[in-house]
Amino acid sequence: MFMPNRKILFRLQLAFTLAVCAFLVVPVVLSILAGLTVNYFAGLSSGLTLRWVFAVWDGYRDTIFLSLGIALACLLITLLLGVPTAYVLARSRNRMSRLIEELLVLPIAMPGLATALALIATYGTLGGFRTSWAFILIGHVLFTLPFMVRSVLAVLSAIDLKTLEEGAASLGAGFRQRFFDIVLPNCRNGILAGSLMVVTLSMGEFNMTWLLHTPLTKTLPVGLADAYASLRLEIGSAYTLIFFLMIVPLLLAMQTISRPRTTRFISDDPDNTLDILPVPETKK
Amino acid sequence: MNFIPPKPLSIRLQSCAKTFADGVRVLEPLDLHINAGETLVLLGPSGCGKTTTLRLIAGLEQPDVGGKVLFDDEDVTPQSIEARNVGMVFQSYALFPNMTVAENIGYGLRIRRLPTAEQRSRISEMLSMMRIEKLADRHIDQLSGGQRQRVALARALAVRPRALLLDEPLTALDAQLRESLRVEINLLLRRLGITTIYVTHDQTEAMALGDRIIVMSHGRVEQTGTPREIYHQPASAFVANFIGTMNQMHGEMKNGGFACAAGLLRWPGKATAANELLFRPEDVSVVAEHEAADLVGTVAAAFFIGDRTRLFVDVGDKQPLVVESMARCTLQPGQQVRLQVDPRGLLAL
Amino acid sequence: MMLLLLPAAIFFVAFFVLPMCRLFLVGGSGTTGWAAYAAIVTDTGHFNALLATLGVAAATTVAALLISGIAGVFLQRHKFPGNTALVAMLTLPLAFPGVVIGFMVIMLAGRQGLIGVITQALTGDKLVFAYSLAGLFMGYVYFSIPRTILTVMSATEKLDPRLEEAARSLGASPWRVMIDVIVPGLKPAFISAGAICFATAVGAFGTAFTLATRINVLPMVIYTEFTLSANIAMASALSFVLGAVTWLVLALARSAAGSTVAAAG
Repeated sequence: MFMPNRKILFRLQLAFTLAVCAFLVVPVVLSILAGLTVNYFAGLSSGLTLRWVFAVWDGYRDTIFLSLGIALACLLITLLLGVPTAYVLARSRNRMSRLIEELLVLPIAMPGLATALALIATYGTLGGFRTSWAFILIGHVLFTLPFMVRSVLAVLSAIDLKTLEEGAASLGAGFRQRFFDIVLPNCRNGILAGSLMVVTLSMGEFNMTWLLHTPLTKTLPVGLADAYASLRLEIGSAYTLIFFLMIVPLLLAMQTISRPRTTRFISDDPDNTLDILPVPETKK
Repeated sequence: MNFIPPKPLSIRLQSCAKTFADGVRVLEPLDLHINAGETLVLLGPSGCGKTTTLRLIAGLEQPDVGGKVLFDDEDVTPQSIEARNVGMVFQSYALFPNMTVAENIGYGLRIRRLPTAEQRSRISEMLSMMRIEKLADRHIDQLSGGQRQRVALARALAVRPRALLLDEPLTALDAQLRESLRVEINLLLRRLGITTIYVTHDQTEAMALGDRIIVMSHGRVEQTGTPREIYHQPASAFVANFIGTMNQMHGEMKNGGFACAAGLLRWPGKATAANELLFRPEDVSVVAEHEAADLVGTVAAAFFIGDRTRLFVDVGDKQPLVVESMARCTLQPGQQVRLQVDPRGLLAL
Repeated sequence: MMLLLLPAAIFFVAFFVLPMCRLFLVGGSGTTGWAAYAAIVTDTGHFNALLATLGVAAATTVAALLISGIAGVFLQRHKFPGNTALVAMLTLPLAFPGVVIGFMVIMLAGRQGLIGVITQALTGDKLVFAYSLAGLFMGYVYFSIPRTILTVMSATEKLDPRLEEAARSLGASPWRVMIDVIVPGLKPAFISAGAICFATAVGAFGTAFTLATRINVLPMVIYTEFTLSANIAMASALSFVLGAVTWLVLALARSAAGSTVAAAG
């Protein structure tokens, strides 16, 4: 039987991985170029220009700011709702908390369409609410909250939270002090990772937002769909380019955060603080 | 050293039982008195209730209805741990990863809102007392096990607690470190004179550190006493077997002696109907051919330990006898051996 | 401490639990009444859409798991210069909305697409498949790879190398180690990643919407019922059923893989 040796195996896998990378990256490059070309159908030979980018900015500036605003508001709400939830789930590992975790995951399991339709069916008649950006915000929070909770919960579960809190309590710290002195500082990474995730997901959310939006409350992806449907391909591409510019730094930041930090362990005690008994002289 | 502990505290538990939410009763009603300034060790196998007892004293758990915890005659049962002002050292140390060593030690002082200058002076006092001055600005993940142990102790003592509670503080360390830290803790506790409750499953630790030891099993107290009392006069078979090694010989009392399969043990005490006698390996000695012997047996195994040789001797009883002999003993398995048992070490339960 | 859960609980009940109940009721309130819930199988059009949806989702899952399995294990196990860059590139499309994905598909397989250009140069026939189920499939694989590869990589990191060392010490070749130790060790991750991939593909809307309204998958049917036919009852019923199906798939996967299943990151 053909048994490839390690080097060939490595090369094959590397080639495969590179091909997959190309599959993912090439369209992105193509679309960026399309947004910068004078005429897409003529190709690169027609020259590069920024006019499409400016056109998008002029026409869709409000949309872009609204997306940003919703993303930040979404972040704030998920922090306020999600961090305490993660704390409770980390401290009480009983059947109730497992049930809560299951429930939390439901909005992700459900198709965005279903969640949006459900919201419309229930609150669609409240005119003012229905046409405000708060309506979209609700959908975004439902969708992103589990990610924040899970991110913080992952970090809190990795430390022995109960004993740390007991240690703080033994020194006299009440619940509020413990929460701010011990719990929050120790889940900082989880909060950071969760925050990036929430903002990124909110900015890119489309399935729900398409049904929830009104002509006055358009988000970036919604505007994008509009542009593709009704305007030149170059404008749609330029719009996509702006989207990339906003989202790629966030994605890169997320990846840097998730890389494990190396801790330096200084195990040797050069000053021998551990030696207390004088070592008896050995007979030579 | 200018650490002046507050007046030592006496602690009393009255009818303290503990049943957990799932219905499991981990502690039967317990009455306990801890004298001011003494080091009391709670000793027993895992699950015996010793940690639960410690947590009741600390205020991390509440006793079942009817139980009371008293500090110097003051009923502190309704108080939770934040108010009891006890210093606690956990098995896993519970050092805060988001703070440096100095910040950890000073945390209790920060909670009590001591003036900054005094916080700083107490922190440096603790650092020098535990000889970890060089570690002040390090983070917890940069410390070794022994270093963390010291920081945990320093943090507990910095607030000048009324009592010191230690939950198996040395269990997580390797054997050599355990031994050296045991000596250090012993010296520290003597110096401070603070009331200390120390939980452990290691009987060597218990006997080395405790003024008094309480041996527990299955939520009950088996015996209370000084290390020597526990060792030489165990009150039950459990205590006898839990502490050190204990030999058992079966037979019956006859003519002022205890007749068993391998010989006759001299019994100087009052007449008793016991058909089982207990004694420690160090109370048995190997005697030469010409000397009088109580027992005669065959060597089953011989282990050279370094400072002594441990012999397992078949004497026709259920278990072989464990005998501690001199290091230079040359007995081999299969050889006959003559033994003498010190009558002062004989116990009838 | 349970009080801390209150704000989240209130929010959740008000904006998810209640609306879902309402959705269920609305689904049965249309002209066909509760029969709307059976429409997904009784109506041929709807049924075909269901089959197409499940089919594309299943194909996507298999493809994504295969690709991520190979690339993910490879990248996690071999540290070489450029490794981090490759990982970054593979996880970049994580947050792209369906619209952008659809556009990517058009860039590759549309009338002016790259694949069309290449195939025309090679064979003379331009291959255009962006606006069919095949194009949808490619788009779904495109956004599934980043999610599944992250799960696979983190699971590979947690594999105990001592199990593989033990197998090798007993004489197993790298191939056997892969089959007997690594793949079974990654099984829970594959199950959970696959379930999420399937669920996401079943419920995906933006990609199909961008590519054309001609593509007959359930999310598009729901959308057309809602907007073009104004049949909110049918749309509600269909979307409720769709939600139930995805939830069922995730629940089954969770029990098969243990409690470590969590929805995509």
